[in-house]
Amino acid sequence: MSGSTTLAGTVGAAAQVVLVAAGSPLLVGVMRQVRARLEGRAGAGVLQPWRDLRKLLRKEAITPHGTGPVFRAAPLVLAATALVAAGVVPIATTESPLDGAADLFAVTALLALGTVALALAALDTATAFGGMGASREMTVLALVEPTILMSVFALSVPVGSTNLGAIVNSTLHEPQRVVSPVSLLAAVALAVVVIAETGRIPVDNPATHLELTMIHEAMVLEYAGPDLALVEWASAMRLTVLLGLVANLFAPWGIAGADSGWVALAALPLALAAFAAKVTLLGGALAAGEVFMAKLRMFRVPELLAGSFVLALLAVAASFFLA
Amino acid sequence: MKDLLRKIRKTGRVAEDPPERPAESAPDALRELGGSVQLRHVDAGSCNGCEVEIASVFGPVYDAERYGARLVASPRHADALVVTGPVTRNMEMALRRTYEAVPAPKGVIALGDCARNCGVFAGAYGVVGAVRDVVPVDVEVPGCPPEPEAIVAALRGLTGR
Repeated sequence: MSGSTTLAGTVGAAAQVVLVAAGSPLLVGVMRQVRARLEGRAGAGVLQPWRDLRKLLRKEAITPHGTGPVFRAAPLVLAATALVAAGVVPIATTESPLDGAADLFAVTALLALGTVALALAALDTATAFGGMGASREMTVLALVEPTILMSVFALSVPVGSTNLGAIVNSTLHEPQRVVSPVSLLAAVALAVVVIAETGRIPVDNPATHLELTMIHEAMVLEYAGPDLALVEWASAMRLTVLLGLVANLFAPWGIAGADSGWVALAALPLALAAFAAKVTLLGGALAAGEVFMAKLRMFRVPELLAGSFVLALLAVAASFFLA
Repeated sequence: MKDLLRKIRKTGRVAEDPPERPAESAPDALRELGGSVQLRHVDAGSCNGCEVEIASVFGPVYDAERYGARLVASPRHADALVVTGPVTRNMEMALRRTYEAVPAPKGVIALGDCARNCGVFAGAYGVVGAVRDVVPVDVEVPGCPPEPEAIVAALRGLTGR
């Protein structure tokens, strides 16, 4: 590995963190705008999530009576894990200097760490809705994590490595792998769990006002001001990272690969633009799909997630038998 | 799904064109919100006439969300309370606690004649008083119930858009 390759990797990793940090609220804005237009409304504009965050940062921070350090630390942990995940997942470059951590287990564990921190904070508030939201989120998480692991595992079998960068690189070199049964089964399974993990319809409704139907929102009911801004920003980043992971595992074209020297550096702007386009497209499709769907009953959610787990299991089996 | 898609295409945009920006502006404390106002609705004893109008304000036709206003589920997330109805004895403490739970800077909108001066319920045995007798009020919207246009104008005064 030459010196400039590492430079391109370092610059790429920094650029993708900046892109995800600045762009994820815009993605949420685009998704809300798509929904608004399909519902016949005018919509608040793509910049509205950033306006909300700016206003929340100016507001007073409140520590509800009886909450402790867990409640205070959770937004920081959530945002930190999302930022690290944005740095290690192959978004713009597969040559991140944190490549050793870009292991599929590490990324899944990072995202789970943020979720668990928020669930503990919800329990810390000792409110009825906080506990209810935490228990529901843990139910969903317990069903989602194995499916994420299984589906990416299915993709890693032909490559012989669980490193996300290596998987993306090998798909770049053998594009026919994208239409193999392994890849298609894993794509469907992963798409379902990404929808569940990011709390979108049909698993959770991010726009709900009704506490009894909430999952993610119920956990953050007690956060105010800057803490709430951190939680919302981190949620947007997680959505972007997970959509980006799906996009780059199954359509990695445009990503800056292992070119040497200045070629890799020059490929970065293109890679960032390609990533932004892919994620905007995926997010828009997700928002458009939500218009046609109602939220599932809580008791039906495990059936949906079990179905996606079966698909992931089939993908793993296929990756062994069809290899 | 095909029917719904056809309906979406046929219906197009339902939202009416935004009227002229109202001249009235927000109270100074709320001016720094900068185009984003989250609202928590508190029914302090309303007959639900005002609630119907609020629902249509956030519906597709008036679409108050395009001015940066949004209803939220928790007073902790809110910048302003929308209070409807005369304050009844059972809701007095709830309203006071909800107001205390809102992080500063915060405001209160008294929506409808009942919230402003108890309306037809003035002097009733279960009524404590108007909203301003319990929490400080920044904006008042008259009407029984107020028209959606009036509510939208009040909200635009807060968001400044």
